[in-house]
Amino acid sequence: MRCRPLDSQTLAIPPTHSESGHEHSPHLHHHFASVDQQREASNFGMWLFLLTEIMFFGGMFTAYLIYRNWYYPAFVAGSHWMIIWAGTLNTVVLICSSFTMAMGVYSAETRNRKALLRYLTATLLLGFVFLGIKAFEWHNEWVEHHVPGLNFSIHDFTHVDPRYPDDKPLSPDMAEKTQTYFSLYFLLTGVHALHMLIGVSILFFLIFNAWRGAYTTGHMTFIENFGLYWHFVDIVWIFLFPLLYLISRHQ
Amino acid sequence: MPKHTYLNSEYGLKSWLLTLDHKRIGILYLFTTTFFFMIGGTAAALIRLNLLTPGGELVAADTYNKLFSIHGIIMVFFFLVPIAPAVLGNFLIPLMIGAKDVAFPRINLLSWYLFVTGGCCELYAIIWGGMDTGWTFTTPLSTHYVNTHVIAAAMGIFIAGFSSILTGVNFIVTVHRLRAPGMTWFRMPLFIWSYYATSIIFVLATPVIAITLVLIMLERFIGIGVFDPTKGGDPLLFQHLFWFYSHPAVYVMILPGMGVISEVVACFSRKRIFGYTAVAFSSVAIAVFSFFVWAHHMFIMGISNYSALVFSFMTMLVAVPSAIKIFNWSATMYKGSISFDTPMLYSFSFIGLFTIGGMTGIMLASLGMDIHLTETYFIVAHFHYVMVGGMVSAIMAGLHFWWPKITGRMYPEPLGRLAAAILFIGFNLTFFPQFIVGYMGMPRRYHSYPPEFQVLNVLSTAGASVLAIGYLLPAVYLIWSLKYGKIAGPNPWRATGLEWQVQSPPLTENFTETPVVDFEAYDFEWLENHTKNEVQTVG
Amino acid sequence: MSEELDEPTHHAHTVVHPKVYALVFGALLFLTALTTGVSYVELGVFNAVVALAIAVIKGSLVVLFFMHMRYSSKLLKLTICSGFFTLFVLLSLTMTDYISRAWGLW
Repeated sequence: MRCRPLDSQTLAIPPTHSESGHEHSPHLHHHFASVDQQREASNFGMWLFLLTEIMFFGGMFTAYLIYRNWYYPAFVAGSHWMIIWAGTLNTVVLICSSFTMAMGVYSAETRNRKALLRYLTATLLLGFVFLGIKAFEWHNEWVEHHVPGLNFSIHDFTHVDPRYPDDKPLSPDMAEKTQTYFSLYFLLTGVHALHMLIGVSILFFLIFNAWRGAYTTGHMTFIENFGLYWHFVDIVWIFLFPLLYLISRHQ
Repeated sequence: MPKHTYLNSEYGLKSWLLTLDHKRIGILYLFTTTFFFMIGGTAAALIRLNLLTPGGELVAADTYNKLFSIHGIIMVFFFLVPIAPAVLGNFLIPLMIGAKDVAFPRINLLSWYLFVTGGCCELYAIIWGGMDTGWTFTTPLSTHYVNTHVIAAAMGIFIAGFSSILTGVNFIVTVHRLRAPGMTWFRMPLFIWSYYATSIIFVLATPVIAITLVLIMLERFIGIGVFDPTKGGDPLLFQHLFWFYSHPAVYVMILPGMGVISEVVACFSRKRIFGYTAVAFSSVAIAVFSFFVWAHHMFIMGISNYSALVFSFMTMLVAVPSAIKIFNWSATMYKGSISFDTPMLYSFSFIGLFTIGGMTGIMLASLGMDIHLTETYFIVAHFHYVMVGGMVSAIMAGLHFWWPKITGRMYPEPLGRLAAAILFIGFNLTFFPQFIVGYMGMPRRYHSYPPEFQVLNVLSTAGASVLAIGYLLPAVYLIWSLKYGKIAGPNPWRATGLEWQVQSPPLTENFTETPVVDFEAYDFEWLENHTKNEVQTVG
Repeated sequence: MSEELDEPTHHAHTVVHPKVYALVFGALLFLTALTTGVSYVELGVFNAVVALAIAVIKGSLVVLFFMHMRYSSKLLKLTICSGFFTLFVLLSLTMTDYISRAWGLW
């Protein structure tokens, strides 16, 4: 046998409990040698998962890139119908929630249970505010007949927009392409909102566990990794905001 | 046979369906992927039977379209993509690196359940009427013009894709974080390098097809117009997104096989792999370059000529690391002490057939040739040479090589060699004629063909029946060996590697104490010097 | 079990001070106001450039500080960069087609 101490491997040995006298945290899974190794592995795994999320959104960004360049006037016209204060406010809300989440991670690291609860709850509330504003916007788009495939009408784009009286209305051909803009809008914000929903659901679970003291005893991997997820969803919105809302506010 | 193994540590269905043991999860995957292989194989049999006559009267044209679509989807997404990583990878990676399990055992189990769910969804699509767009879901055919179960089929693949992603994440973290002390990157078996490279592709490419399938489903369901020319969409955008995954996917389908071949060739040449570093880096290079070549599937579809030039050039480059491996395996065998056991016979199969497949790939990489050969049987023959001649041979090699480790039993060697020979003969008889008919112009995905191609098609179908025997025979004797095979002992092949230093089958926790590695991979000299006097349990 | 033989599996776990978070938070709010404001100014094609540049800066601040990339191991930094690199490959190689179509809508 080559490597010590495996000499006994070829004999059938009944599986013995491999701890033989060392103390270990109840959180430590047996295939890891130390809590640190486990935490780092978890963290690394979470980052790898976020890479998949980058590529998932990436496909949609590719579509956006191409169609924005093909149908720029339609994208401008479509973007004019976005409610700028809603978009800006949502961006601020998410940035605040990222801050509160980061502070939540800090609270867990410093084993401050009450602070952790406060920050997680704040993050949750801000998440709800975001979703609420989004729902308001979508409702608006439904009422205005800007939902592709369901009730889309190009009327708004073939007539002069009273808020931009100097702009020429689009030709019917280009006006049809506003549907592409709105498809991408709903697709991007929809998938983003889905991720927010998942995040908010997990937050409930986190708050409950945090209240029971689960994350303020030194084992805060879950909070750390969830924080990564939440920040990522914020970054996606940081890009969506200018791409969808700020295409051309001066025209 | 050892008294305590991972197989008898717990009994009952629940202990298997709720297992966290990577080895049991590997076995679960073996059952499901074999099941899907049989379904895909049945579709193939019907295709070949239909092509016996030029009129293609066995099945209606619509049914034929469904058959090749189902064959493609099942074989690609539910057999070739998962089998090597999820079966051999799951079983062997922790053993090879000296770990007790993969990094995330529960996620490992989840990945199997996701695979099964996706598979059930796919089966629903098949049983309730199938879909007929080809496995490539080309738009706007798939989004507007067919009335078959495209959404269900896409959903099945979408769900199964998450299974791949989770497996990829698990393997990457495992290889980075759970190697035994002393096992540096360059002491790992090359098998691990291949699986690591495969996992990179899983993580980075699979999400793109996920979003693409979502777009297909939305387009079909509510008509968002993203791929619809009448609404200003570009059907080619679908193809760009689809092939961005599907090309790296073919390297997912071959890289693990290359890892197997490295292990088998080293063992049966009694020599370390020539150029370890080159082979290791070539695995990573294949994974990286695979992302730069996807549009070679779209040369005639309407992409610009300049773009086609770029992708053609990149495709030529991606062949280089594969060729490096072939050269290194050949150099390994040179002046080695070769034995012709079954796994080695399958490896010879792999090296020869993969080379043919690869070289025809270079032919197709050149724009001028591709315009003539695309959408013909030349393409079909090319990818079957790499996928079946290459990957399936490698899977067979791996299955036979590690069978004693997985089950504790040896398969009957004479039958193994016979099956390898039958597979080689049947395979070439099936697919070589397809190079010829393809070159002569027979298009793919048609249920009928001009009568001048009949002789070669009949030859191909005859070959397929021989090939089928080449698959059935191992199924029979492998199952037979579970009860009647010779007890294998820990290292029947006298191979190097940590997995051969534990009992066969291994304990649930693999190692009772963490191994400490202070030797290089493939150190056959040490093995020869230290095991001369050992009694081998297998003659 | 000796881990010294292997590459260091430990990376010093830095606890980031809330002051850093607060500064980044302030910067993000400022940049949000900036990007919204600039969109009302006529800059021609540079509107898109500026908007994207600001978004990249904001995103980088979040990744580096909130997500601790600044304090992470080399492995993690490489991993994150490879993700963005792959996205870049998807976007740019697809563009080689669209940008050079002679008949296209460009």
